[in-house]
Amino acid sequence: MTPQADISGWAALLTAILVLLGASLTLIGSLGLLRLHRFYDRVHAPTLGTTLGIGSVLIASMIYFSVLQQRPVIHEILITVFVTLTTPITLMVLVRAALFRDEAAAIMPEANQTKVVREREADEPEAGSDGASPRP
Amino acid sequence: MSAQILHWSLVAAQLIITLAMACAAFRMFRGPRAQDRVLGLDTLYVSGMILLLLFGIQSGRTLYFEAALIIGLLGFVGTVALAKFLMRGEVIE
Repeated sequence: MTPQADISGWAALLTAILVLLGASLTLIGSLGLLRLHRFYDRVHAPTLGTTLGIGSVLIASMIYFSVLQQRPVIHEILITVFVTLTTPITLMVLVRAALFRDEAAAIMPEANQTKVVREREADEPEAGSDGASPRP
Repeated sequence: MSAQILHWSLVAAQLIITLAMACAAFRMFRGPRAQDRVLGLDTLYVSGMILLLLFGIQSGRTLYFEAALIIGLLGFVGTVALAKFLMRGEVIE
């Protein structure tokens, strides 16, 4: 016996719509994570899933269990509060680490080069020094 | 009738979430740099949390809700720890 047989019509339809909406929004966020080109663009895309996507699924779960158990079930608010509080902190720390890494790579480019590149540069010293454009 | 609609929409939503998890896993395995991998892992555990909530609606039990809550807690701690490691670790060494 499935528990979906006990639920009335409007609640089942509302749960179905909210569940499909939340899943589709999460898929759009993950597609943005897959398709966008820069890291600082890609950071924005999955927040669609962590705000509206999981919010829709949690509202659907609250409606479904409230109708199924015939009492208000609101413990999904715990996940809502927790995800809403932790997602900005997570992304802020991650983007700060990415900025730090980019700045460090811009200041010290030798730190990210491989040993082969440095050896090749040492083998061919000053290839353009006697060319038409002198160095400043 | 509406029970049928709810059943099939739950199945469709689970398939869609699985596709979203596949996209996040692709970004986690093929990410050009380390911060892309961490971002893919973050998206992956949020999608896993949504999938567990969908299983909970489908089976009518509240057991899956607690598993989703634990995934949220541990995933947050893991992502913050990985971001701190990226900030301290690789460039200095």
